[in-house]
Amino acid sequence: MNIALNITQTFQDWLVGFMPEGAASITAMVIVAVIYLMIFAVAGLYLVLLERRVAAWFQLRLGPNRVGFQGLLQTMADALKLVSKELTGTDRADKFLYNLAPYFVIITSLMALGIFPFTQGFQAFDINIGIFFLIAISSIGVIGILLAGWSSNNKFALIGAMRSGVQTISYELSIGLSLLTMVLLTGSLQLSEIVETQKHGWLIVQGHVPAIIAFMIYMIAGTAETNRAPFDMVEAESELGAGFHTEYSGMKFAYFFLAEFINMFIIACIATTVFFGAWLSPFGITESLPWLGVFWFLLKALILVFLMMWFRWTFPRLRIDQLLSLEWKYLLPINLINIMLMAFLVWQKLTIQF
Amino acid sequence: METTVVNNNFKSEEYFINMGPQHPATHGVLRLLLTIDGEIIKKVDPDLGYIHRSIEKMCERDSYQQIVHLTDRMDYLSANINNEAVCLAVENALQLEVTDRIKVIRTIIGELTRIASHCLWWGVMGMDVGALTTYFYGFRDREMINDIFEETCGARLTMNYNVPGGLMFDIHPNFVKRVKDFVAHFKTKIPEYDRLLSNNVIFQKRTMGVGVLSKEDAISFGVSGPVGRASGYSCDVRKHHPYSALDQVTFKEALRTEGDTYARYQVRIQEMWESLSIIEQLIDNIPEGDFRVQTNAVIKLPKGEYYQKVETARGELGVYIISTGTKNPYRLKFRSPGFSNLSVLNHIAVGSKIADLVAIMATLDLVIPDIDR
Amino acid sequence: MTNEALQNLISSWIPDLEFSEEESQFLNISVQPEHLHKLMSQLKSNSDTSFDYLYCLSGVDWQPELGVVYHLESTTHRHRIVVKVKTADRENPTFDSVCDIWRTAEFHEREVFDFFGIQFNNHPNLKRLFLTDEWEGFPLRKDYEDEINMVIK
Repeated sequence: MNIALNITQTFQDWLVGFMPEGAASITAMVIVAVIYLMIFAVAGLYLVLLERRVAAWFQLRLGPNRVGFQGLLQTMADALKLVSKELTGTDRADKFLYNLAPYFVIITSLMALGIFPFTQGFQAFDINIGIFFLIAISSIGVIGILLAGWSSNNKFALIGAMRSGVQTISYELSIGLSLLTMVLLTGSLQLSEIVETQKHGWLIVQGHVPAIIAFMIYMIAGTAETNRAPFDMVEAESELGAGFHTEYSGMKFAYFFLAEFINMFIIACIATTVFFGAWLSPFGITESLPWLGVFWFLLKALILVFLMMWFRWTFPRLRIDQLLSLEWKYLLPINLINIMLMAFLVWQKLTIQF
Repeated sequence: METTVVNNNFKSEEYFINMGPQHPATHGVLRLLLTIDGEIIKKVDPDLGYIHRSIEKMCERDSYQQIVHLTDRMDYLSANINNEAVCLAVENALQLEVTDRIKVIRTIIGELTRIASHCLWWGVMGMDVGALTTYFYGFRDREMINDIFEETCGARLTMNYNVPGGLMFDIHPNFVKRVKDFVAHFKTKIPEYDRLLSNNVIFQKRTMGVGVLSKEDAISFGVSGPVGRASGYSCDVRKHHPYSALDQVTFKEALRTEGDTYARYQVRIQEMWESLSIIEQLIDNIPEGDFRVQTNAVIKLPKGEYYQKVETARGELGVYIISTGTKNPYRLKFRSPGFSNLSVLNHIAVGSKIADLVAIMATLDLVIPDIDR
Repeated sequence: MTNEALQNLISSWIPDLEFSEEESQFLNISVQPEHLHKLMSQLKSNSDTSFDYLYCLSGVDWQPELGVVYHLESTTHRHRIVVKVKTADRENPTFDSVCDIWRTAEFHEREVFDFFGIQFNNHPNLKRLFLTDEWEGFPLRKDYEDEINMVIK
């Protein structure tokens, strides 16, 4: 099968045979969007299941294992239950913003998924400012959280939302700068080109010391960006009840919940793409079979997802002032020095390339 | 229910928030009225009474055997030690000398209760600062103790094993073996607790220097138990006024001087080690003898006033009985450790963050039925 | 310090105190309400007594008198003492607060106020602690009646 640059293009070329070009283009986009929506809604549910099983494993429990084989249908059942539940809300909540908030969160996280190169050519949308787009999109999600906290008419939710605002604005910097460090190596923001560069060695190898520092900073900031433990000040169930989504129920709550897991997956996907050669197999062992790239991509992403779950079930939560001093006093200066270091390496051609 | 008069003299930045009565960090139905400036706490005003059952009033109509049942329901995590307090008060009043076997078994069970309570506290402490996994580790070990209790007296939590004059039943034949197994098991688990939580740098940053209570304030606020000992205040009733078999054993009073949340945490960890050592000293030679000394079916205390204090897992529990010579106490007052420990909360939490308040409350180890009685 | 030494020392401060060791394991001092605060601050501040730990503060309804019992311990000398104060005024019983001497009294006095209706002068925040503000009567008084909630045997 001859695959073009991205799958939207593939569909469009196929549809042009039946309809005018404009209609074909729109239809192709809709089809791809629907496919992605279905795949990642289900994938999100399975991430929830994975988290629950991993948590159970850490905590000497079994986890869900009754619905379906080994509990495989558990989260499906949960989703069904949530769909059927009544949507309650508080009195005097700002109804419009209150209802809008979950969509902000879920849509932004699904949008970001569109640009990942899952394997050669399997990419919905190969935008030439890929990394920039990802950073931009991922910070829109926080607007949803702020809206949710503000409009719920609940002080605990408001505190959670304010914390989220502070946290995301701070850690956005670290995410951006650590990715920028890697962009110095590739010279391009386009994800397909970043992958192309890595055929001469994954970027974490190419950039060695500064790349490893950038990766560590990225993982810390990424965990903070997704509001997961140890940076889950936004929810902080022992402090704020449930934080910004205290007043949400049913499917609206499920959107927040699903978005958290998809965001975690996105953070892992970015790391996979930028640091670990996306769909490229280690040492090129399956280079002749590009479809196996999906396997390698998911394997790498899931290992990183597991790492983030490991954080969550091991570490206590930071306090808000510690969170900010970690970012502004440590991560940011280290990051800036790291960029200089990387620039020096690139300038002096001290990178490792095969 | 209109119980709250919200202070209207707020400065412009301050706002008021209601923590509880249903809140994950209050571990029960404690309601805290917080005045907050951003994230910083300006005032903590506890509002109690959500599960007040007026146990003291009930005691005035009950016989002494019945009162023991009620004490289970105060600090349910130290149920056995509460029972012991009333039994000791009654036995002292009757000048009834119980056998050594009773004393030793009471002490062993008391120390097991303390470990079980601290296990639960440790799990919940981790959960309050955000490390959810600790909860299950703590419960795993507590479960073994509960199983021992179940085998001994049929109950796992509210045991009601002590009666005035001794114990309800003799210990189970498996008791000694299972306790030894537990001690061996638990000795490998406390280092695991340290590896998971105590040595975690985030945890240390979260707790060190938070909620500092000076020794003078600790005494003035009547704080007792691990909270007091973390401030360097030697207040272990087991040391100063030993009861049951505690005068036969040697143990170190866990003392720290920092008075912060981390010190309170370490004191409890240290206490688990000390309790293990007390159990080890006693378990091998439980003396033979009766498990119960016969008392009259209707116990009438001689006219007078009796005070007995014991060290529960939370601190000093006092039982103050005024008897007029009848089968019921004229007045029975429980001096509960949690009540005094709670009173210090406003003093040490002001100026810290919301997250600190949660950590402080976790190390005060409040059991709400103990406060509300 | 032994009970006798304590008795000799304390009786030299305030004249009309009653001492008793009958029917109790501690030395009991009965004090008039007007001398209560003076005695208590002496007990705390005097270096020979230094009763710095108020470990129990109980309200008692002796019928007809209402009163408060203070259990004190010294953390330096480890001696213990009991101070009792009574009043026959059931309508408006009032004592001086000791919460400026021992801060633990703040909560305990609120509890006594809640259940016995005993007022404390100079208490910073004397309001109902356990019961609701509109609760009628004081449950731990012997003459309290509640036909719905109390089982009387």
